[in-house]
Amino acid sequence: MLTLIPVVILLPLVGFVILGLFGSRIKNEKVVGWFGSGMVGIAFLIALGIFFELMGMAPEARAGEANIVQVYSWLTVGDFSVDIAYLVDPLSILFTLIITGVGFLIHVYSIGYMHGDESFPRFFAYLNLFIFMMLNLVLASNFLLTFLGWEGVGLASYLLIGFWYKRKFPGVGLVWTGDAARKAFVANRVGDFGMLIAMFILFTLYGSLDYLDIAMKAEASTALTAATLLLFLGCTGKSAQIPLFVWLPDAMAGPTSVSALIHAATMVTSGIFLVARNATLFALTPATMEVIAIIGVLTALFAATMGIFQNDIKKVLAYSTVSQLGFMFAALGVGAFGVAVFHVMTHAFFKACLFLGSGSVIHSMHEEQNIQKMGGLKKHMPSTYWTFLLSSLAISGIPFFSGFFSKDEILWKAFSQGGVFLGGMGGYLIWGLAALAAFCTAFYMFRLVYLTFHGKERFDVAKVHPHESPATMTFPLWVLAGLATVGGFIGVPHVFHFMPNYLEGWLDPVVGTATAGWIAFVESTGVHIVHSEALEWALMGASVAIAVIAIMIARKLYNREMPTLVSSETGWAGYKLLFNKYYVDEMYQNLILTPIGKLSNSFLFRLVDVQVVDGLVNGTATLVGRSADILRRLQTGIVQNYAMLMLLGIVVVIVWMAV
Amino acid sequence: MALLPVLLLPLLGAVALMFVDRTAVKGIKMTALIFSILTFIASLAAFLGFDHGSGDFQYLVDWTWITSLDAGFRIGADGMAILLVMLTTVIMPVAILTSFSSIKKSEKLYYVMLMLLQFGMTGVFLALDTFLFYVFWEVILIPMYFIIGIWGGQNRIYASIKFFLYTMFGSLLMLIAIIWLGFHGDPSGGGFTANLLTLRDVGPSIPMETQQWLFLAFALSFAIKVPLFPLHTWLPDAHVQAPTAGSVILAGVLLKLGTYGLIRFNLELFPQASYYFADAMCVLAVIGVIYGALVAMVQTDIKKLVAYSSVSHMGFIVLGIFSMTTAGLQGAIIQMVNHGLSTGMLFLCVGALYERRHTREIEDYGGVMARMPRFGVIFGIAMLASVGLPGLNGFVGEFLTLLGAYNAPALDGNVWYTVFAASGVILAAVYLLKMYNGVMFGPINNTKNESLTDMTRSEAWQLVPLAALCFWIGLFPNTFLDYSKASTEQLVEKVESFLPGGSGYAMEAAESTTAGTSDDH
Repeated sequence: MLTLIPVVILLPLVGFVILGLFGSRIKNEKVVGWFGSGMVGIAFLIALGIFFELMGMAPEARAGEANIVQVYSWLTVGDFSVDIAYLVDPLSILFTLIITGVGFLIHVYSIGYMHGDESFPRFFAYLNLFIFMMLNLVLASNFLLTFLGWEGVGLASYLLIGFWYKRKFPGVGLVWTGDAARKAFVANRVGDFGMLIAMFILFTLYGSLDYLDIAMKAEASTALTAATLLLFLGCTGKSAQIPLFVWLPDAMAGPTSVSALIHAATMVTSGIFLVARNATLFALTPATMEVIAIIGVLTALFAATMGIFQNDIKKVLAYSTVSQLGFMFAALGVGAFGVAVFHVMTHAFFKACLFLGSGSVIHSMHEEQNIQKMGGLKKHMPSTYWTFLLSSLAISGIPFFSGFFSKDEILWKAFSQGGVFLGGMGGYLIWGLAALAAFCTAFYMFRLVYLTFHGKERFDVAKVHPHESPATMTFPLWVLAGLATVGGFIGVPHVFHFMPNYLEGWLDPVVGTATAGWIAFVESTGVHIVHSEALEWALMGASVAIAVIAIMIARKLYNREMPTLVSSETGWAGYKLLFNKYYVDEMYQNLILTPIGKLSNSFLFRLVDVQVVDGLVNGTATLVGRSADILRRLQTGIVQNYAMLMLLGIVVVIVWMAV
Repeated sequence: MALLPVLLLPLLGAVALMFVDRTAVKGIKMTALIFSILTFIASLAAFLGFDHGSGDFQYLVDWTWITSLDAGFRIGADGMAILLVMLTTVIMPVAILTSFSSIKKSEKLYYVMLMLLQFGMTGVFLALDTFLFYVFWEVILIPMYFIIGIWGGQNRIYASIKFFLYTMFGSLLMLIAIIWLGFHGDPSGGGFTANLLTLRDVGPSIPMETQQWLFLAFALSFAIKVPLFPLHTWLPDAHVQAPTAGSVILAGVLLKLGTYGLIRFNLELFPQASYYFADAMCVLAVIGVIYGALVAMVQTDIKKLVAYSSVSHMGFIVLGIFSMTTAGLQGAIIQMVNHGLSTGMLFLCVGALYERRHTREIEDYGGVMARMPRFGVIFGIAMLASVGLPGLNGFVGEFLTLLGAYNAPALDGNVWYTVFAASGVILAAVYLLKMYNGVMFGPINNTKNESLTDMTRSEAWQLVPLAALCFWIGLFPNTFLDYSKASTEQLVEKVESFLPGGSGYAMEAAESTTAGTSDDH
């Protein structure tokens, strides 16, 4: 069964090629849509089979060399050799299930959502391409193949953000959706640059790019620290962390199902995957871990505050995604690799559901995305409302919803294991900032829920008739909402005792050694790792209280009627700063992009190229021409002149010889 | 002998064309196309019969020419030459095909020039004799000069003269160097040879100071062809003014003559001098990568943008060559092929757009995707290949050259060349996506774009095979790397033996001290 993994990967590629070449000739949307979905669905079923096969194995046998499936030798030069080969282990199969499972649901959803679009087949072709690339990313057995997937999902993302290429998409330095697509690609490339250099360092250090080889040979060193930091730079690009997060909110220019699949559930979690896959390396480089933890928690808070006053339903969710990814990195940074992956999973459920829900809303509101112009949609679209509400409760961390388990575990690990950072204050600081971010999260989510679904309709009821979406759209919503509600039970924290933490045990063969190594390192520095159950219960209570309070405040402020509803916000302190997202985009534009453009144009191009180099070239040519023009005058064509010159010459020669 | 038809068929084609009536345009076109396809088939036969395992020159031909100078008609190919010959024979039918619709005056002369050009280019890749090499090198100059000067755009005279003077300047120095080099052919003194195979063996024993001068003379003429910063300013003018086929050949094959020469002559004949100048060459290469990219970023003319992108991309090749590592050289060779394919495709795409709209300004386009979706896909593949997306060919070359230059012994383990050059990878995405977005995306604002028609059958015949090759090299690079593997490894081994610590080093160092160059270090 394990050896079937290339089939899992190839199915979506086949879908892409067939739909790309012949899709536009198939006039029937249903055929195209179900064909594209089917490819991913079958891939999911095979992956499920492989998952069960792995489960049947002894834990030690689930990971390691034996689980590598070779396909062919890709690139061989001298002692450098990289294969197209896939590593099937608990980590990669878990991601594969998320990608194909959530991917399948979103494909099905898109059949309804993209109905009537002139480029319907092209959309499904791109989605299949994305799945193919994403599977390469997570299943690769080496860095280079992951990099192929890594850049490949970037391409799919570019194509899908700019899918509606004729549409405008205003923003800082942006006019068209294509500009947002390009921004995403370029920001990712900055990160990819880091990953590229990291690969060179790792190959120089260990003579290999295979994950297992490197993990086996890895030893702490400055060069390894540089490599992990550069890998993390790659993660800040793909997973939208400070300083490269700016592309993700603008990626909302793409169709909503794209936002759900790529920019929430799967692609943006690639960074977390990469760190978890290389947990051994990261656990050896405490400096990098500290950077990851700090960047993660700062991004979590920073993005959560930006989400507070956004009025575009998708933008709120986009900032929320950036923020949630920050939580995951905070977890990775404190050495809780498995917990980060747990949050990847729960987040995939509830965030995909939220995005699809927002798509359902936008669909029925005739492309309206401004929540100020919504309200009262609860009764018009009950399925959308209830699934959206369940997912909002999950993301806010209300007990026993999936997000509660994963987010709370992150907070606890940050508190108990973070003491090694920031001069011993790391535990308190990271917990505190993360808790604050969690407060903002619950607040903006319920601001969104109340403004969108509750109260009276703030749109022209005569013109817009909101309606529930078709079954192809509501079915995925319910499945995802169900998972968002109960999916957390596979990773129940130890303090609950009533059931084991299945996920932790599952990932143990992959990240167990690294986690244990990290704990040993932390203890070796003399930092005390907190093990108090009472404290864990207390902190859990605190974070639940934080969420509930935030929801109550949101309810008080937003569950009422216009006109006092929204206009009051503008008066708040810091409103402008938050509404404009701390002017980060403007800063990048004015401090980096514009100066580089000016330097290139007026200095390099117009001065160096045109004036200096060409000036010299043309100057030489002119000089030669001028001298020739003077010399040419000697050539008069009059025989007497030549005779005269000859005589002169003879005289000179005689005189010279005589002297 | 398998190479003779590859070399001579284009010449035969040129001769055959002279007998076709110049008003029989269709006959002229067909003759040219048939000869280029025959040449391709001949080269394919040589390619398939090539022995991968050997790093030596194969299909050798050695005919006496000028006995007193020991110059002969000597040709042969090693792994890297055969790859570049293949590139030439693939590009030429495409270039001829794309000329069918765009060249509308003096067709006969035009196709004769194209055939002569191919003859010259193939000759340069195959020549194993310095005099023969020089003759082929000069043969190229004339047809290219006319192609730009007669069938070019508005400013063609300026561009063609600039091209001519730049390259002529370089060739003169090369001629002097070839003569000087010839006197070293016999280590016992007195003899003269133009036999490259002999010179290859005696090259490293030439005194260091002489090596350095010879290196500089060869390097300058090759650097102009590459072009290496700051000798690149002829390229944008030549590209913009040349007809599409001219640009395709220029970017596809001509520029590679420079990088090929750098390997065949500079690296192979003067390993010690190459080591001495490696840093300088790599600095210029890296400047070229970044400079070319930054300048490409601010171009509004698509053709000029692609021209500057060539300056950037060729920098990777020079970096790979002077890293003097197997990865770097293999990367450089495959990158020569890649650049020929992807930039050739880009120029074909620009040509297709130009033929429809007669403008090259990005802002005159926009929304073309809606009218030319199939073209958009191919244009996209060319653009992404050029961006260096993994899975396509460009990535393989860029990755290997960067890997080779990272921590290369010849660069004293300095990693910054790679780090700076890798930033060109970011910039490539900036300018190429800007171009693609500007042309293909957005709504149609200009009514003239409403009536654009999608890719014609002829255009598909030109572009699709090249696109297929881009995927092939990207996904199965070993097919092609295998060809150049043995000769590259042999070369690197030779070069390394003359570097500090190598077996041949001590002897040469002693000799260079007696030659009085110790103060150069």
